[in-house]
Amino acid sequence: MTSGSGFSRRAVLAGLGVGAAGLAADGLVAPAARAAGKTVVGFIYVGTANDYGYNQAHAEGAAAVRKMPGVTVLEQARVPETVAVQNTMDGMINLDGASILFPTSFGYFDPFVLRLAKSKPKVQFLHAGGLWKEGEPLNAHSYFGFISQAVYTAGIVAGHMSKSKKLGFIAAKPIPQVLRNINAFTLGAQSVDPSITTTVVFTGDWFLPVREAEAANSLADQGADVLTCHVDSPKVVMETAEKRGIFCTGYHTNQAVLAPKAYLTGAEWNWTGLYPRLVGDLIAGKTLPNMIRGGFREGFVRNSAYNAIVPEAARKQADAVREQFMAGSFAVFKGPLKDNKGNTVIGAGTTVDEFDLVLEQMNYLVAGVIGSTG
Amino acid sequence: MSGIGWWGVPVAVLAGAIRVSTPFLFVSLGELVTEKSGRVNLGLEGTLVMGAMSGFAVAWLTGSPWLGVLAAALVGALLGVLHAAICSLPRVNPIAVGIAMMLFGTGLAFYLGKPFIEPKAPELPALDLGAWSTSPAIRSALKVNALFFIGVALAPALVWMLRNSGIGLVLRMVGDSEDAARAMGYSPRLVRLAATAFGGAMAGIGGSFLSLYYPGSWNEGLSSGQGITAVALVIFARWNPMGCLWASLLFGGAGALGPALQAIGVTGFYHLFNALPYMVTLLIMIISCSPDRTLAGAPGELSITR
Repeated sequence: MTSGSGFSRRAVLAGLGVGAAGLAADGLVAPAARAAGKTVVGFIYVGTANDYGYNQAHAEGAAAVRKMPGVTVLEQARVPETVAVQNTMDGMINLDGASILFPTSFGYFDPFVLRLAKSKPKVQFLHAGGLWKEGEPLNAHSYFGFISQAVYTAGIVAGHMSKSKKLGFIAAKPIPQVLRNINAFTLGAQSVDPSITTTVVFTGDWFLPVREAEAANSLADQGADVLTCHVDSPKVVMETAEKRGIFCTGYHTNQAVLAPKAYLTGAEWNWTGLYPRLVGDLIAGKTLPNMIRGGFREGFVRNSAYNAIVPEAARKQADAVREQFMAGSFAVFKGPLKDNKGNTVIGAGTTVDEFDLVLEQMNYLVAGVIGSTG
Repeated sequence: MSGIGWWGVPVAVLAGAIRVSTPFLFVSLGELVTEKSGRVNLGLEGTLVMGAMSGFAVAWLTGSPWLGVLAAALVGALLGVLHAAICSLPRVNPIAVGIAMMLFGTGLAFYLGKPFIEPKAPELPALDLGAWSTSPAIRSALKVNALFFIGVALAPALVWMLRNSGIGLVLRMVGDSEDAARAMGYSPRLVRLAATAFGGAMAGIGGSFLSLYYPGSWNEGLSSGQGITAVALVIFARWNPMGCLWASLLFGGAGALGPALQAIGVTGFYHLFNALPYMVTLLIMIISCSPDRTLAGAPGELSITR
């Protein structure tokens, strides 16, 4: 650089300012007019609301709430799990008059939701995935669905469709929720044929499109002929399965449109059913429990419609198990159950109830899963 | 259809080298030309993301993936011109401008890209070099995108251009000695503008490969730092275009190793395998660095080595 005068480092700072503005503008949503006599419900997502995944499932629930009479819905996407979410919630409460908030990402709960719930006792906070504990504010609620039930029925379909008897599971991180789904998928498939194995590839993070594509291709190369995943946006995995001419089952929401030939069925959140119910109860003045959990029976989860190629036998078996889930007479995790290191994790004759918190601390992979939790 | 066992690892590494390397290759070749003119553009990560977004958007709106690539190149060139224009003001630090451009590019792409997350754009065509094989793994590995061939051909072409052509000589002269270039009657400012615009266009094309072929959709998390990694690859490649090619292939292949090993059942240490490309870079940097001299091959005017 030659020396000169005139512009100082200010030019650089201006450049940085423009960059920061670009990022900031991205997260902005025009504040809705303050509603008079209406219940204002705010939804906050950690990612994009149309990602064919976790966030879209919540956004579909928000769209269902929007249709309720006398309700105004606010939405803000791409809010990081930092103090930013506290500011967003604060803004929704103070500027827009929100009285019900749905902060939908796991990391929002502690400390941001808890902190704000204490100082805003009149606002109801409904948080997805957290574990509410005794002593925490009563206006903070944690809800979640037993999606592993829907993953189990998807596993049954996968078990029927697999010719190689090898399934592939692309997972972000070995945390209890993910392990529970891997195990449920495998157990569902093994209920069709006990010799079926599931190979797991952990990518290391929730959204790594290139690595997810590599993982899907590697699994296909190894002969896996049904893929599924637990990552934030299953889009890449579904599209790769379609390209490779193998099958897949979806996760979070319906991805059939992305892979019309490959998509057999999928495990979906039924937030469109749950959210209007929760909001309706609150408007009616009911008090919600602090821990809200449910599966098929409570209408928290569902399966995507079957692909036309799914044979009658598969549909029958999956439907029958779903009926039993509905009736509350079926458990995914029951003894004798061994992990893939040969240890007995659930003794013979023991059935673990879906509501048992021990399942939310799962730290093993069942026999037949090729992968490790470490 | 059964698995190919341990053969899956070399096949995956080969396939990964071909599939994953293309964005690295384009961005690093572009940055190499920019750096040869004596300027560093750290903003290519933002350019890559902008290229991915605009390429996808144009491909979707027009139905032609190649128009998308062209649009990505144009947008990239524009961002390059912007970087060069700001840097040509007196006493501006190109590194700081680069970081600002990186934030600007990604922020702008996220903001403008909102409507394009859901749709599916037409894909760039690929050549089926594996049609002879009955193994689906080999066939998939040898399905090679046209952009990869263009990138591979560009590397030796750039070597020749830098060594033998008039443009190459001017570029190197500006990069090695601004005073000499001035004495010869060339404007370093204009040459750098052109070189940065070229680098931006290449980064834009690299981005469009991500959104239009592999993995083939636009989303905000599409780039996991490929742009900034490619800038580092230029140093790793010692400012030699052929080095950029090998480094990109190495990075692509190493990136495929982690998932491939897990797929055959090697389940431990996947974090380490996933970090392998970065560890290799560090290792080579450590082995080849010396406190006594600047990096061999570095242009004399390059602000990071001065």
